[in-house]
Amino acid sequence: MDHTDLTQYLDYALIAMLLAVGFAIVRLRNLFAVAMLTGVYSLLSAAWFVSLDAVDVAFTEAAVGAGISTVLMLGAMLLTARESEPAGAKRHWAALAVVVAAGAALFFAIPDMPVYGDPNSPANSYVGMDYMTSTPNEIAVPNVVTAVLASYRGYDTFGETVVIFTAALGVMLLLGFGTGRREEDEDEAPGKAKVKAGKAGKKEDKA
Amino acid sequence: MSPHLILRVVSKLLIPMIVVFGFYVQFHGDFGPGGGFQAGVIIAVAVILYALIFGMDEARRAVPPIVVRYGAALGVLIYASVGVATLFMNGAGEPLNFLDYDALHPDQGHHTGQHYGILLVELGVLTTVASVMLAIFYAFAGRVPDIPDEEW
Repeated sequence: MDHTDLTQYLDYALIAMLLAVGFAIVRLRNLFAVAMLTGVYSLLSAAWFVSLDAVDVAFTEAAVGAGISTVLMLGAMLLTARESEPAGAKRHWAALAVVVAAGAALFFAIPDMPVYGDPNSPANSYVGMDYMTSTPNEIAVPNVVTAVLASYRGYDTFGETVVIFTAALGVMLLLGFGTGRREEDEDEAPGKAKVKAGKAGKKEDKA
Repeated sequence: MSPHLILRVVSKLLIPMIVVFGFYVQFHGDFGPGGGFQAGVIIAVAVILYALIFGMDEARRAVPPIVVRYGAALGVLIYASVGVATLFMNGAGEPLNFLDYDALHPDQGHHTGQHYGILLVELGVLTTVASVMLAIFYAFAGRVPDIPDEEW
């Protein structure tokens, strides 16, 4: 690119804020603040996706990441303590070595990535371009994302819907239906609950 | 009687608008960003907000857990039955394809079948996503009787 694109500074600012929020989540011990900051993290990444022109992804991130996940985290927090236990100050040198090696490999791979907006990048050249050209003739829907999601990739979306349904099945088997009848849950033998947990875990694996 | 008067009044105004916005996202998904997933989450959020402000019992009276349970399965059923319907509605001699929306309507020039198919399928996604999000919320929040006042 010859001229400098000013929106890249917006991207840098958003990524810097993501980094700061990430550090704050790791350092804080107040779980309420951590739950709220994960919501802030999702909102920031949604803003970043908008800046990258991925509006549909940004929408999902804002609704699911900042909305539902935060509420579920708060709901889970109501059942547990408000502060996390201080972690031991041991230095895990092996973990640090793994993280440094993985980070170095990622930085090593950066030059191989296509430039942002490159028309010849794999995402833009093969089947992606095909969808862009044939959607007006075959589906006649202005939003290509919807055409791909619901029509061209209808099988995949069906699978995703089943996965979401399975997630609810797993949660309901583990935590009950939330009908407010707590006595039944508590009367259950612990062995029974374990069998249920094992079944739900297997289902998650399949998904 | 209620220590959260402002929250109650404001959320009473906001909840219908959130639901309307959810339906806008659902039915405008062909033209702008959005679709069944996002709309389902937004509609679930409206009920969750209601539960947070007015209590779990009120929310369970508005949207009973049994509706949520059946809704989660119903959405998958709607999606799958659109696919099965295309198997049966295809004209003679045409190859039968699961989720081939063109079979839903004879007007191939305007791709009406595709539009019907996407609309119905997104409706299934909306039903499942909204119900599942609410089911998970009920499962978590149903374990504490109500949000204690000192938590506010």
